[in-house]
Amino acid sequence: MDIRVQEQPFDFGAEANRFAAGHTEMGAVVTFTGIVRDVADGLQSMQIEHYPGMTEKALEQHAREALTRFKLGDVLIIHRYGVLAPGEMIMMVATAAPHRADAFQAAEYLMDYLKSRAPFWKKETTGDGAGWVAAKDEDEDALGRW
Amino acid sequence: MEVLYFAWVRERIGLPRETVETEAKTVAELVAELRKREERYEAAFADLSALRVALDQELADFDAPLEGVREVAFFPPMTGG
Repeated sequence: MDIRVQEQPFDFGAEANRFAAGHTEMGAVVTFTGIVRDVADGLQSMQIEHYPGMTEKALEQHAREALTRFKLGDVLIIHRYGVLAPGEMIMMVATAAPHRADAFQAAEYLMDYLKSRAPFWKKETTGDGAGWVAAKDEDEDALGRW
Repeated sequence: MEVLYFAWVRERIGLPRETVETEAKTVAELVAELRKREERYEAAFADLSALRVALDQELADFDAPLEGVREVAFFPPMTGG
């Protein structure tokens, strides 16, 4: 299990390769990457705030829960904070499992929990000013399936 | 106890954290005390359905007891990922 909360960018390819290389008994590796998406009125930057201490604890707790719920060999979570530009990678999740169903499901489970249970907040700055991104009902509803 | 604020709650109150001396037994009682302080607190805590609370870095409810708690954090619903 590898959990990192950091300001600096990460090398997605290198991280995915390193994660996949360590697991000869795992037949499936699934990765997800979240990218800062441009918005209709032109996104200048996205600021991500987090709760140091609680963030790491919450991510670790959900990673441990994923390892219990699914037939999983390993989990990697990297999540950035600070000021990001459109197109930059915000975060990645990787899961390794003997078979693909568990790897896919665990990645979805982790993403659903990360969206609304890890203490991160996004603020978008456009030409019209800055505003906090509101949580979506559908993200909260997504937890219901687990 | 230490009280922390994040995102727009931090902006509305105007500071990221403060030490609060309180006899409040529950989160709701602490919120009621803070709201009475100044307009900026009243504005931040006006709609509790728009807020979440964590006690010692674990998510909790507004009726949760504060006994033994060292760190309380108030923030809007989280938007990670």
